[in-house]
Amino acid sequence: MSFDIGDGIDSAVNYILDNFSPALDLIAASIGFVTNGLQSGLLAIPMPVGIAIFALLALWRVSFGFAVFAGLSLALVGQMGLWAAMMETLSLVIASTVIAMIVGLPLGVAMARRDPVAAIIRPGLDLMQTMPAFVYLIPAAMFFGLGAVPGTIATVIFSMPPVVRLTNLGIRQVDVEFVEAGNAFGCTPTQLLLKVQLPNAMPSIMAGINQTIMLSLSMVVIASMIGAGGLGNTVLTGIQRLDVGTGFEGGLAVVILAVILDRLTQSLGRKGATWRLPFLKVGLREPEARTA
Amino acid sequence: MAFTTEHENSASESSTKIRLKDVYKIFGEYPEDGLKLLRSGKGKADIHRETGCSIGVNSASFDIKAGEIFVIMGLSGSGKSTLLRLLNRLIEPTSGSIEIDGQDITKMSRKALIELRRRDISMVFQSFALLPNRNVVNNAAFGLEVAGVGEVERKAKAMAALEAVGLKGYCESRTDELSGGMKQRVGLARALASEPSILLMDEAFSALDPLIRTEMQDELVRLQSEQSRTIVFVSHDLDEAMRIGDRICIMQNGNVVQVGTPDEIVGNPANDYVRSFFRNVDVSQVFKAGDVARKNQITIIERQGVSAAAALEQMKSRDREFAIIVGRDMKYHGMVSQTSLMEKIRSKADDPYRKAFLADAAPIRASEQLSGVLGQVAASAWPVPVVDDQHRYVGAISKSVLLETLDRAN
Repeated sequence: MSFDIGDGIDSAVNYILDNFSPALDLIAASIGFVTNGLQSGLLAIPMPVGIAIFALLALWRVSFGFAVFAGLSLALVGQMGLWAAMMETLSLVIASTVIAMIVGLPLGVAMARRDPVAAIIRPGLDLMQTMPAFVYLIPAAMFFGLGAVPGTIATVIFSMPPVVRLTNLGIRQVDVEFVEAGNAFGCTPTQLLLKVQLPNAMPSIMAGINQTIMLSLSMVVIASMIGAGGLGNTVLTGIQRLDVGTGFEGGLAVVILAVILDRLTQSLGRKGATWRLPFLKVGLREPEARTA
Repeated sequence: MAFTTEHENSASESSTKIRLKDVYKIFGEYPEDGLKLLRSGKGKADIHRETGCSIGVNSASFDIKAGEIFVIMGLSGSGKSTLLRLLNRLIEPTSGSIEIDGQDITKMSRKALIELRRRDISMVFQSFALLPNRNVVNNAAFGLEVAGVGEVERKAKAMAALEAVGLKGYCESRTDELSGGMKQRVGLARALASEPSILLMDEAFSALDPLIRTEMQDELVRLQSEQSRTIVFVSHDLDEAMRIGDRICIMQNGNVVQVGTPDEIVGNPANDYVRSFFRNVDVSQVFKAGDVARKNQITIIERQGVSAAAALEQMKSRDREFAIIVGRDMKYHGMVSQTSLMEKIRSKADDPYRKAFLADAAPIRASEQLSGVLGQVAASAWPVPVVDDQHRYVGAISKSVLLETLDRAN
C-alpha cells in the first residue's frame, strides 16, 4: 500500500482554504495593516531626512566612522534610484522581525522552561530553517494572495528560528547560582524569569534578534517572487532581463541595508555608546557618575 | 514586624531552631529504589550499580539551635552543600523531615515555601551570585523587591544593610567595580536586608584570599554579636570552622559523622576522617622542639673567676630579662633572671649563679614533639630552654616564637 505525502499536503491546503478563509482573511488584514502602515510611514520620510536619521543613529549607537559610512552609502542608494525600494524592503524586514519576536520570544521561553516543549518545538525549527523557501511560498500565496502579506509571512517562517533558539539557549545558560539566588530569595517562577533569567539572557537574545533580521533580509529577494516588492523586485528584474547592472545595484543596496541594520542591532546588546567625537574631544554622553 | 516576634519566641539561647530527622537525599531518576536499597544496608557502590542513583545525604539527624553559628564541614563531595540546600528546599529532600520553628518545611506548599524564603531564610553564595544587571543597592534590595516591598522602604533597608557591612558609599556602584571581598559584603547585605532569622552560607568566604577571608569571618562574628541569627555555614576549611563555629557538623560521603563544639571535635574525634582534618593543619604534630628553638637568648658561660656582676651588666645593657647559663662544653646549667641574679649578688652568696637559677625552668629535649610541650611553653613565664640528648643547649622557645610557628603553618 502506498501513501502519498504530497497528496495529503494538497488536500490539507485545500481543506484549510475551504474552511478557514475568514480566519486567513483576518490574519492577512492585520498583517497587511502593519506592513502597509509601516511602508507608507517610511516612504513619507523625505530621502535626506531618512539618511540623516540613519547617520545619527549610527553616530549614537556605533561610531563616528560608521556614521560617515552610513550617510555615504545611503546617498549612493538614493543616487541609484533605489531609496523607495529600500524603504519597502525595510518595512518588510521590520514587520517580519516584530512578528517573529512576538511569536518567537515566548516560544523560546517555553522551550527553556520545559524540556518536553523544547523536544517538540526543535524539529519544527529545523523544518522551518531547512525547508527550501520556495516550497512554502506557494501555499503562502494560495492562502494570502500576492503582495507584501504572504511575503511577510514567508519571511517570518524563515527568519524566526534564531530568535527562538537563542532565547532558549540564553535562558538555559544563565549561571546556575543566579537562578539559585533568585529561588533562595523567594522568586515566583514569573519573577525568576523577569528579574533574573531574561536580563541575564539578553546578550544571547539580542544576538538571536540580530540573526533574525539578517535572515529576513536574505529572504526579501525570494519573497519578491510573490510580489512582496522592494529591492527584491530590482534584483528579480535584473535576473529576468539578464541585466547584470540592475541586478548588481539591487544586490548592493541589500548589502548596504544589511550592514547598517547589523551594526545597529548588534549595538543594542551593549550598554549605550560611551565614545567621544574624534576631533571635538567631547563625549555625546558623559560616562555614568561613580559614587565610589 | 515578623522578625521581632521570631526572636521573642526563640529568646532562650538553647531552643531548637532547625531540626533534621532522618533526612535523605538521593540523586537519580528513581530515588525511591535507591532509598530502599540504602535502608536495607546496601553500600554506595552497589546502589549506584543497581539503580544509577548516587547518595547526597544519608540519614542526617541533628538540631541547630537558635542564635548559633553552625558549621557544616567536609571535603568536596561529602554532601555538605546539598545538606545546606535542603534547609531551604533549593534541593528537595527524598525523605525525612526538616522542622524550622517546629514547622515541617518538607510538607510546605510552594506558596508557603516562597513566603518562608522571603521572610525567614536567606542565603549567601560562594561565587557571590550578584546580578550583573543591577547596581549594588538594587542587588542588596533584591529579596525585598521580590517580596513586594515598596521602593522607598526597600532602598532604605538595603542601604541600612550595606552600611552594616561597611559599604555605605557604594550604593550606586556597579558590582563589577568591586573587589571580591566587597562583592561578598554585598551578598551578605542582600541576605541581611530582609532581616531573616536564618542565614545559610555556602562556602561564602572560600573564594576570597586568606587575609580578606579572616576579615570577613570577623565581620560575620561581629554582626552576629549585634543581631543574633541562626547561621548555617558550609566550609571545607577547619581553621574557618574553628574560628567562627559554635558547633561543627562533620560530613563524610553524605553521612554526618560528628556534631559537636570545636573542643569536643578536636578532643574526641569520631574517626580517622575527622582526625585527618587536624593532621593537615596541626604543625605541632610535625615539628620537634629543636626545630623551632632559637638562639636569640643571651648565653653566659660559667667560668671560675669571672664575676656574676659582669653577666648582670651584660643582661642590663642588652635589655634582656633572662639569660641561659652554660658550661664551657655548652652543657646547659640553668637559667637566671635579672631579678634573681641581682638578689644573689646583693646578698653576697658564694655561688651566685647556682643560687640564682630559676627553680622550675626545666629544659625540654630537642627531640620532643612540639605538640607535647605546647602546654609547658604556654604556661611558662620565660622562654623554655631546649637541650639535645647530650644535655647541650640548643636554643629556647618563647611564646612569641611558638605562636609565630603555629601561625606560619596556616
